[in-house]
Amino acid sequence: MIPGNPFKRFWQFLRQVTGDDAYERYRAHHAKVHPQGSHCSEVLLSRQQFFKLRQDEKWSRVSRCC
Amino acid sequence: MPKKFLSTLLWLAICIGGASAIGGIAIHRGESINAIWFVAAAICTYLVAYRFYSAWICARVLTLDDTRATPAERFNNGRDFVPTNRWVTFGHHFAAIAGPGPLIGPTLAMQFGYLPGTLWILAGSVLGGCVQDMVILFCSTRRDGRSLGQMARDELGLIGGWAAMVGAMLIMVILIAVLGLVIVNAMKHSPWATSTVLGTIPVAMLIGIYMHGIRPGRVLEGSLIGIALLLVCVVGGGWVDHNESLRGLFDWSGEAVAGFVMLYGFAAATLPVWLLLAPRDYLSTFLKLGVVFMLAVSILFLAPEMKMPALTQFIDGSGPIFKGSLFPFVFITIACGAVSGFHSLVASGTTPKLLSNERDIRLIGYGSMALESLVAIMAVIAACVLDPGVYFAINSPAGVVGAEAAAAVATISSWGFPVTVEQMEMLAREVGEQTLFARTGGAPSLAVGMATIFSNTFGSTLLSMWYHFAIMFEVLFILTTLDAGTRVGRFMLQDMLKHVWKPMANLSSYPATVLSSGIFVAAWGYFLWQGVKDPLGGVNILWPLFGIANQLLAGIALTVATGILIKMRKARYAWVTGVPLAWLAIVCTSAAFEKVLSSNPAIGFLSGAAQMQQQLLAGALPPERAAVAPQLIIGQQIDAALALFFALVLWVVIIEMLRMSLRMRKGKSVLPLSESGYIRTRLEPAVAILAD
Repeated sequence: MIPGNPFKRFWQFLRQVTGDDAYERYRAHHAKVHPQGSHCSEVLLSRQQFFKLRQDEKWSRVSRCC
Repeated sequence: MPKKFLSTLLWLAICIGGASAIGGIAIHRGESINAIWFVAAAICTYLVAYRFYSAWICARVLTLDDTRATPAERFNNGRDFVPTNRWVTFGHHFAAIAGPGPLIGPTLAMQFGYLPGTLWILAGSVLGGCVQDMVILFCSTRRDGRSLGQMARDELGLIGGWAAMVGAMLIMVILIAVLGLVIVNAMKHSPWATSTVLGTIPVAMLIGIYMHGIRPGRVLEGSLIGIALLLVCVVGGGWVDHNESLRGLFDWSGEAVAGFVMLYGFAAATLPVWLLLAPRDYLSTFLKLGVVFMLAVSILFLAPEMKMPALTQFIDGSGPIFKGSLFPFVFITIACGAVSGFHSLVASGTTPKLLSNERDIRLIGYGSMALESLVAIMAVIAACVLDPGVYFAINSPAGVVGAEAAAAVATISSWGFPVTVEQMEMLAREVGEQTLFARTGGAPSLAVGMATIFSNTFGSTLLSMWYHFAIMFEVLFILTTLDAGTRVGRFMLQDMLKHVWKPMANLSSYPATVLSSGIFVAAWGYFLWQGVKDPLGGVNILWPLFGIANQLLAGIALTVATGILIKMRKARYAWVTGVPLAWLAIVCTSAAFEKVLSSNPAIGFLSGAAQMQQQLLAGALPPERAAVAPQLIIGQQIDAALALFFALVLWVVIIEMLRMSLRMRKGKSVLPLSESGYIRTRLEPAVAILAD
């Protein structure tokens, strides 16, 4: 369960489902997988780069139906 | 034990409730029937099917394994492969599959009465559509999230793969053409609708710039601002409509709107996605979910009476909206909402890359489609709350009932659906339109139905605002499908053309982009133009063609799924996908043959072309019809070729699958199962339930 009161949980759900917090989650993932100083560190994308890349990926596949 | 007893009792009650609701709908013959029966029948059906049938499929047929790591976990890159909360994934998947199809198809199919459409939506979804979505999602998840075309190639071989790819591209062409036609019929000679829709484009661009440059990635605040601006557009459209000098500027003919739609599709496919496509999709998704939710609440609150009879005389094939008898055309017209082949492209695209655990496949694959089917039931209700006379007056093309209002009401009333000119004129005035006669395509009548429900529920008498809000909502998310489809279609085309000419493969090359977008827009633009010029309103030609294409794609998906089940040594359960496949093959083939070969010129493309040729030679056509007749004749012949080709593609894939199964049975070698190997999940169960 997500900690916090129902309102807070709903807010978190809303941010996740809309992708509003996608960059924060990406940054957290990046920090976990590529810790600073590790030799294979991949460059962290900026907020703008991250969203542009994500949108380009999303809209080069079928992502909306009839 | 008492807990188990209670649960048994509860499910028994749901079963009995659902059965009596369906029975009530089926045998009811009276003036009107309450919409709550439909909601109850639908919800009980979905609950029972989800609880028992989908659980059985997951446990016995697919044998989902919740210890197996999903592609999202194995390839987690924090960007497109991300293990995600199941409800969040459900939201994404539902938003992706819910399009205008399940709203428009059922609206058109109500010309047969409410019963056939409702029964097909319920049975088709729980036995066909939901199963297809779930099994394809499963297959793609077990194959690193690969696409349907790729799975067809890996499992059935090159021929199957090519057929799936060509099929997917052609359905895109027809889909976009028919959706374009719906927009044209909703916007032509409607200054309010046209100015509102034009206003939404700068709004989307503004939000695009906001979310890209000013506050990158702040989706929620950007969308909220956008929605507010969209509402301003609706009100502004009303203001334009009341301004005598301005309204003339936005009073466009069908041809002009069609030209605009093509230009728009081309622009959206070539501009960067962040500028127009992505922001408009956010807006239309919010609007769509909001409207669906509002509609559900108001139907429950209002409990409207449905005035359409259970069956009309048009089941014999003489219907005004589209020609063709109940079988096979009700199954072709309601494609989305019962079984939609298009979903298999989404279920083998984005969604498998988000699944954090295999057991979520049931909720996301089966559950979202059940919800989509409920949306189709709501469209049925919105169409049937209208007086049948009004429904037919809005949806019947002038070529069938006559261009003059008096002639149209006389024809429609003579069918036993009384309606008057005054009634239609008053309704048109109330919703802010010049006329509501012959507004084919389904969108205007759906909007009138929704506006009636909304204005009654929310206590507002402003029918015109609700009507234009509904039109804006429909057009907005049709445009999203239209330009996203044009964009994907361009990629598919480039992917195919690169075999002919190498440089086409470069997705970021400007000339290749412009050339392939141009070709693709020209392809759907051709069919759209044909529909706009058609004297019977175009829906009669394009919607069945689209239905056949969509069911063809579903057939391909179910064939791939059946082939995979057989290869997994689950041949004894192959009927789970095999039975819906057989049904779709029958429906698709007979519809294609009727559309090609029927001697009724209103149904058969070839006899339609022949009849027009005769009239042209005999000089029986008025001059403006004679001018376009040669193009329409060639158009109908192309439609015939296309329908035949669709049926052919489906059978090629089915035969490839059967050939493979026979080889397996004889112990000969077949392509190996392309499932990726088992890796144990390392995600905590808690993480699987709620992403970190």
